[in-house]
Amino acid sequence: MLEIKNLTKRFGGFTALSNINLDVRSGERLGLIGPNGSGKTTLINCICGVIQDYEGEVYFDGESLNSLAPHKRARKGISRSFQIPKPFNSMTIRQNLIIPLEYAVQEGIRSHIDMESEVDQIIENMQLSELADQLPTNLTQIDMRKLELARAMVAKPKLLISDEAMAGLSSSEIDDILKILIALNENTNVTIIMIEHIMRAVMSFSERVVCFDAGEVIANTTPEEVVKVPAVERAYLGE
Amino acid sequence: MNSTRFYFVVLVLVGVSYLTTVFIDNQYPFFAGFAILQLIIMALAWNILGGYGGYVNFGSAAFFGLGAYGAIVAYQLFGASLPIQILVGGLFSALVGLGTGYLTLRLRGVYFAIATLALLVVAETLIHNWDYVGGAAGAYLLPKRNLDFWGVLIVGKVGGLFGNNKELLFFLMCILALLTIVICRAIEKSKLGRGLAALRDNEEAAESMGVPTLKLKLIATTLSAAIMGVTGGIFPYYMTFIEPTSAFSLDISVNALAMPLIGGTFTWLGPVLGAVILGTLQQIATVTISSEINLLIVGLFLVSFVIFAPEGFLGLIKKYSKRRD
Repeated sequence: MLEIKNLTKRFGGFTALSNINLDVRSGERLGLIGPNGSGKTTLINCICGVIQDYEGEVYFDGESLNSLAPHKRARKGISRSFQIPKPFNSMTIRQNLIIPLEYAVQEGIRSHIDMESEVDQIIENMQLSELADQLPTNLTQIDMRKLELARAMVAKPKLLISDEAMAGLSSSEIDDILKILIALNENTNVTIIMIEHIMRAVMSFSERVVCFDAGEVIANTTPEEVVKVPAVERAYLGE
Repeated sequence: MNSTRFYFVVLVLVGVSYLTTVFIDNQYPFFAGFAILQLIIMALAWNILGGYGGYVNFGSAAFFGLGAYGAIVAYQLFGASLPIQILVGGLFSALVGLGTGYLTLRLRGVYFAIATLALLVVAETLIHNWDYVGGAAGAYLLPKRNLDFWGVLIVGKVGGLFGNNKELLFFLMCILALLTIVICRAIEKSKLGRGLAALRDNEEAAESMGVPTLKLKLIATTLSAAIMGVTGGIFPYYMTFIEPTSAFSLDISVNALAMPLIGGTFTWLGPVLGAVILGTLQQIATVTISSEINLLIVGLFLVSFVIFAPEGFLGLIKKYSKRRD
């Protein structure tokens, strides 16, 4: 579904990503780990089109995304949540969810949809029904994360990139988000790339884990195997 | 207010504005009314990009001035009538707005604001050095005392729809202000308005959700520039004389952004309120003290609202009514 070929991204003299090759299968749950500054967020910025001046190719469903702006990639079915939540603060939660439906869905994927029922459904799935008409500024951290995921998922994307959706949450809240992500994958067959530092979550969520260090892939294997890779231990887990 | 009631009020206001020209003989209300209505249109025009889209534009005066000089060019070239002058002014500014937007809208925040300020300086310098439109000395545009259209006497002391040009221009300005309100209200209720609000709140998130941010910003800039240009297009006919320093005055840009910030930027009502408050105070100051203190009034109001009511007058009302509940 997603193919990344020879991807390199430099910021001046600093190489953030170096010759990355990565394939992601349809419906897969992929964990992305690595120390801070290892290139994980740069990679997803290249996939989503926030960064476009990279070398190499990004293919989605066999089509090159290289010349496409972020909004056009969203309309192809690529969606993301942000490490630091970025809600539309002047809009209620319900209105936040209308935006992707109006733009990503109506202009890209499907032509006729019942927006109200789609929004109601995702609000209910995310357990945000009581807060639907409130502004995001009133939300707790966990509800803010749920809103981010709901907004990313309401357009029914083919690929969801979750960027540290569990950062700053308590143990039980992490379990809640984990349950939501697994349910989304199982019920809608959406491919999910999860960037996360919480290893417990990565291990129970992922079918495959890719570890980055200094802009390079140092491991690409199952969760059980990745913890045994010496380079991963040295760079990320600690010996 | 629902749409039927809204459009009914608009129609009533059109009628009332015409009746005032029939029943009021004193010319001062038309002079003051024209000035306030002009401010209302400028505030609404600025708010399309600045308020709905969150892009602070210091170059409004450039679009106003280019509209005014577009009208002068149309008059010099083929003796264009007032409606054609207004149309050419609007079109000219819209084209410049589209071009400027394409070049500058990839910039954000303060960089965009500086770029628009630069546009103002460049536009004024160009007109200063263009002899065809009078250069630094300015240009005259003398309206006819009696104006007719397809055999109907529009302006004429006896038997005309309006007694003089000032009354006609006041009525025209009313129509333009109401039309601008209708346009702004339609934007707010449309997909375009919601897209602009999303990019104002967070441009990166909006783009990631499929919102074509550059396209929306270009539409907003072109519309905003066109409306400023229309206001400028009527200006030479009203003043009968125009020169670059006043047509491209920074005061126009400051007023255009101060009024929505004072009234509130989220709906069309905010800029209208801001313009009415500021315009009325400036008229009172002009009559009782001097027009020289107008900018001081704007400055004091702007600073006070930024500190004490960052969401403007409407935000203040909302906050107060919430507390009461």
